[in-house]
Amino acid sequence: MMIVGALLGFIVQFHTGNPFLAVFAALLGGMAISSIFAFLTQFLLTNQVATGLALTLFGLGFSAFAGRGYTEETIVLIKAIHIPVLSDIPFIGPLVFSMNPLVYLAFLMVYLVWWFLFKTKQGLILRSIGDNHDAAHAIGHNVVRYRFMAILFGGAMAGVGGAFLSLVQVPIWGEDMTAGRGWIALGLVVFASWQPFRIILGAILFGGITVLQLHAQGFDIRISAQYLSMLPYLATIIILVSLRIRLKNKTNRTVPNCLGRIFHSTS
Amino acid sequence: MSKGRFSSILKLSVLSAVLAFTSNVSADPVKAAFVYIGPTGDHGWTYAHDEGVKYAKEKLGDDVIVTTIENVAENSDSERVITSLARKNDIVFTTSFGYMNPTIKVAKRYPDVKFEHATGYMLEDNVSVYSARFYEGRHVIGKIAGRMTESNVIGYIASFPIPEVIRGINSAFLAAKSVNPDVQIKVVWVYSWYDPGKEADAANALIAQGADVLMQHTDSTAAMTVAEEKGVHAFGQASNMREWGPNAQLTGIINDWGPYYADRIAAVRDGTWTSSDTFAGVQQGMVKFAPMNNNMPTEVKNEAMQAIIDLSMGAIHPFTGPINKQDGSPWLAEGETPPNFPDLLTMDFYVEGIDSQYPN
Repeated sequence: MMIVGALLGFIVQFHTGNPFLAVFAALLGGMAISSIFAFLTQFLLTNQVATGLALTLFGLGFSAFAGRGYTEETIVLIKAIHIPVLSDIPFIGPLVFSMNPLVYLAFLMVYLVWWFLFKTKQGLILRSIGDNHDAAHAIGHNVVRYRFMAILFGGAMAGVGGAFLSLVQVPIWGEDMTAGRGWIALGLVVFASWQPFRIILGAILFGGITVLQLHAQGFDIRISAQYLSMLPYLATIIILVSLRIRLKNKTNRTVPNCLGRIFHSTS
Repeated sequence: MSKGRFSSILKLSVLSAVLAFTSNVSADPVKAAFVYIGPTGDHGWTYAHDEGVKYAKEKLGDDVIVTTIENVAENSDSERVITSLARKNDIVFTTSFGYMNPTIKVAKRYPDVKFEHATGYMLEDNVSVYSARFYEGRHVIGKIAGRMTESNVIGYIASFPIPEVIRGINSAFLAAKSVNPDVQIKVVWVYSWYDPGKEADAANALIAQGADVLMQHTDSTAAMTVAEEKGVHAFGQASNMREWGPNAQLTGIINDWGPYYADRIAAVRDGTWTSSDTFAGVQQGMVKFAPMNNNMPTEVKNEAMQAIIDLSMGAIHPFTGPINKQDGSPWLAEGETPPNFPDLLTMDFYVEGIDSQYPN
């Protein structure tokens, strides 16, 4: 989904030069791929993990094929926004008030997701479907429709995430340019134990360490790069273990009960 | 009767030998396969190999059938890929250092198939090695970088600590130092050959730490685009990256594998192929340069051109003693140049004067 987003964003930016259209195309691209996943898992009831893996391979191959004509091209990057006055504040200014619009969008989306999940009726229904789809179905909610929409939303966000690579980080398109970054999203969800705001913390930690280890090398700090790259994953494991321990003590609804389970209404 | 049978067998075998001979020369094209580490669209390492393959195909025409496989990881996958190619081909080129052990392993199982391993050092009767003296290219860009840097910090985006990459860092540093005694080199290892996002992050990190000239030993054009955006200088890697950095790219090291590939495939066709060890550089035309950017001062350009001429005549060697290792122990005495093996091909140390710590 990310790689298709990266490609579509790049192609649209290349042809139109309009960053809004480019990001929107990336969003649609991610959605299109995720709709295949949604169709397979929700209607044909395929195994979610296997389908996800197959789609990843498909996305990589498809984007490599479709993007063949674009490896020679380069585009205009989406520039960071410098908010007047505020971005001139020393230290905090460049840190908080002159980021890329897509970064602000990411923060906004985290808030919106939190608001949707915990402050709206639909959010409550979606969460209850995640915890017990049979019960939700029994009281009349359309499990498949909710899940379908949620998957599409996830795909859209992954598409925009991919577009960040090809529209903000580097103005090029390259086959497999995501280099497995999408998998980190899975780690992040576990790390955040399904709490939207913890995602921000996790994302900053995961991303920060990746960049930090490059800087540390430049300063010739004697920590092996491999150890540093291990840290976020180590943190994820520690969080998983501590979650388990907490779960033992009291009922804690951090992990949705129906995670990965197939819903079939007649069963 | 037995004599008659014998002679008929003899006749048959002669006939088949003649048939085999003629078919070898005219009918049967040589089947050649290439294993690539990255996508051909990387506009770096793999792209350069693919350009070489295109050249060989054009030159040999119907005499060769080429199979290429991209994105082959340097793990157990590569052995599987090389094995399956060995079954169906006359000659297999494996174009990355990490394919060395799998190539040797498969070559032992398929003694009739010829193998060519790029940038390695292990030979067999049916395995040749070939590499380009990229460090000669690094010598030229090192001189330019030493002259062009104002912060006296050269940023180096490195992939994996293997001899080829280490040679490049050492050569570039020595050349830069020869024209600018205050120069330093900052090396950042990204532990990937191809990861545009990470290469760009590394370029940004180096620029943030004061580097104003970037070199890379990774395969994508990402660092060049960052250099262009940040207004610093950089050098094309493996191919001309001018398009991604019209102001940033001062020149570029171009790998020209085409003539070598054409020669080796033709040797299989003609039955003259033997295991060989090729280490060619500027002199043989395997290492070339992108056009010098006009935004360089004329003196710098002339000095670089002179270095290229000297290299092409074999008049200079980028590693000419006295050179000490990073820990101060002597490596080359006054006027001494290193042999290919083991010094150059297994190089695993920084030279004296490099501040960065050698990766373990």
